[in-house]
Amino acid sequence: MSHPIARRAFLNASLAGAAAAVVPRLSWAQASGKIRIGTILDLSGPLQPFGTQKKRCLDLAIDELNAKGGLLGQQLELISYDSQSNNQLFAQFATQLALKDKVSVVHAGLQSSSREVIRPIFRRANMLYFYNTPYEGGVCDRNTFNTGTTPGQLLANLLPHMIKNHGKNIYVLAADYNFGQLSEKWTRKLASDLGAKVIASEFFPLDVAQFGPTINKIQAAKPDFIVNTFVGPAHASFYGQWTAAGMKKQIPIASQTFGEAGEVVRMPPEVSDGIVVCYNYLDEIDSPANAAFLQRFQAKFGNDYGYIGDLAVAEYQGIMLWAEAVKKAGKLNREDVIKAMGSGLAISGPSGRVVVDPITHHCVFDMYLAVAGTDKRFKILQKFDQVKPTNPNNVCNLVKNPNTNQQFEPTKL
Amino acid sequence: MDFATVVFIQVMYAVATLALISVGLAIIFGMMRVINFAHGEFLMLGGYAVVLPVQAGVNLWVAMLIIAPITVGLFGVIIERLIIRPLYGRIVETVLATWGLSLLMIGLASAWIGFYQAGAAPPFGSVQIGSYREGLYTFFVIGVTALILAGVYGFLRHTRFGLIALGTMQNPAMAAALGVNVSRVYAVTFGLGAALSGLAGAILAPISGVLPVIGITYIAKAFITVISGGATVLAGTIAASALFGTVSQLVTYLSTVIIGEVALLAVAIVLLRLLPEGITGRFSRGGL
Repeated sequence: MSHPIARRAFLNASLAGAAAAVVPRLSWAQASGKIRIGTILDLSGPLQPFGTQKKRCLDLAIDELNAKGGLLGQQLELISYDSQSNNQLFAQFATQLALKDKVSVVHAGLQSSSREVIRPIFRRANMLYFYNTPYEGGVCDRNTFNTGTTPGQLLANLLPHMIKNHGKNIYVLAADYNFGQLSEKWTRKLASDLGAKVIASEFFPLDVAQFGPTINKIQAAKPDFIVNTFVGPAHASFYGQWTAAGMKKQIPIASQTFGEAGEVVRMPPEVSDGIVVCYNYLDEIDSPANAAFLQRFQAKFGNDYGYIGDLAVAEYQGIMLWAEAVKKAGKLNREDVIKAMGSGLAISGPSGRVVVDPITHHCVFDMYLAVAGTDKRFKILQKFDQVKPTNPNNVCNLVKNPNTNQQFEPTKL
Repeated sequence: MDFATVVFIQVMYAVATLALISVGLAIIFGMMRVINFAHGEFLMLGGYAVVLPVQAGVNLWVAMLIIAPITVGLFGVIIERLIIRPLYGRIVETVLATWGLSLLMIGLASAWIGFYQAGAAPPFGSVQIGSYREGLYTFFVIGVTALILAGVYGFLRHTRFGLIALGTMQNPAMAAALGVNVSRVYAVTFGLGAALSGLAGAILAPISGVLPVIGITYIAKAFITVISGGATVLAGTIAASALFGTVSQLVTYLSTVIIGEVALLAVAIVLLRLLPEGITGRFSRGGL
């Protein structure tokens, strides 16, 4: 103990040495002779609840493919980076995946803001990219496949139900970044197409957890229902405060995101029941394919896996679509896989049939309208078969104009 | 008129929640000069100390007002003994250690409790105020925060241990010379700060929900409040909460939430430019 400083300095130095020794581990994969799939997900930080379940779905899909002998006779391997809910790390890891790890395909991203960080990087690097997340729609980029839902699938089926049952005045609450902002614009457009109207909109930075003034403003505006696009744990505070203010029975809520991070099992039914959603996948879907999927998920991750949801299953279906394209092309090469993806490719996933639309590089699939019940589960109200993605006026046509690289917005149509 | 009433209630509520999430930090950081980066996770732990017992059938109030502060307080005493004690007076090392603690607590909570732990429903009903409705829980938060602040003041000002703690923080060498067991006083004071953080997390749990990552929501505002409060921990925290809560809430009503947040930060920057030692920095040091 006579030289505590020296001892500490030694410890610090040896820790730094240990950390340096860990770094080269990332490059071992290159020598392994496996097909490498890259991913960047938020596995820590405020968005961890989303990233964790998405990663599990990627792992499950890759395990299942490997158990069947892999692809083109090779095993698959996932190269995974944790973006820590930080968009700057997305840029860094995307560059690393494209230039250093040289993976065959990347399935990555959660927030639309992170997608817009990495999408241009992958496009420039000619690195095939899958964005497997429900989003605000409109991305038109030949290098990118969007396997999540778009407003033309989600809002376009959610809004008519709410307008028919509750009325025409809508109050929008949304996260303050491109996903929330553009979703609000789509809500305005789709509502006006349906003869309804958005009477007010409010946007919230992701760390806002106090909604008192907002609740008062909603009470003053007296909308017929609310459409929210909340993202993350802070925004989830809204539901408890809304219930505490006695508003739950007064004004119904339709959500674009409720349940994507297991809210339906986490929140008390006093808070959650009655919230209406519309997704491509819900754990509650009653089909043999989904029952088998849930069983495999449970076998791998245990009984207390929580709630999987649409956001996570999109990763599973994204991998399966890509794998199907690789099988069809017989090659891993980007150009051949894109061509195979555009050949009317379809898989049968946990949510049902998923067909790739070659015109927009989005997917055609079933949508389910559901309401949260008092038993902490969603009750499916209606199924919409094989719904097409958003593409009003056919502005996006990647077959005719393969060089398009744009995100179409409702105001720019 | 009814609008003015709800605005007043919401301003009081914003002030109360800021003071509530900051009071534990005011003791640990303001009094003891320990930068506790795991403060948000102490609040998170307090939240789980409500939610888990309630799910196991314990009464909500027992869990919230008794189990949560005791659990987090004891946890604080253990953390003080294991991690904080060797680092007193070494600010950078404390920041690193408590930051590590914060990551560890988030990691353990994610692994053991996960993201699907059922929460507790907000108690009480709501009242109609003109064309508005306000939850009774809002009034509960305001009232209980006032009681906590009064209790902390009374404890530190009017009990023997409180006075010894204040004296020890001002001059530990002198306190030791007078026969005070300084390390025990530090441990208990840290535990008190932790217990108050746990209680705050517990009170907010039914209306904000609990997740392993929820601490991030609180920590920045708690630090801004305590730092802007200045040297006199309790008066400073109350003054800073009152200023920031009022400004951000009024601006939010007049414009949007975004501008409300900007206003809070703008006021904090201007304040610290004009009064670098915080609102109470010019008053006597070591007071309350």
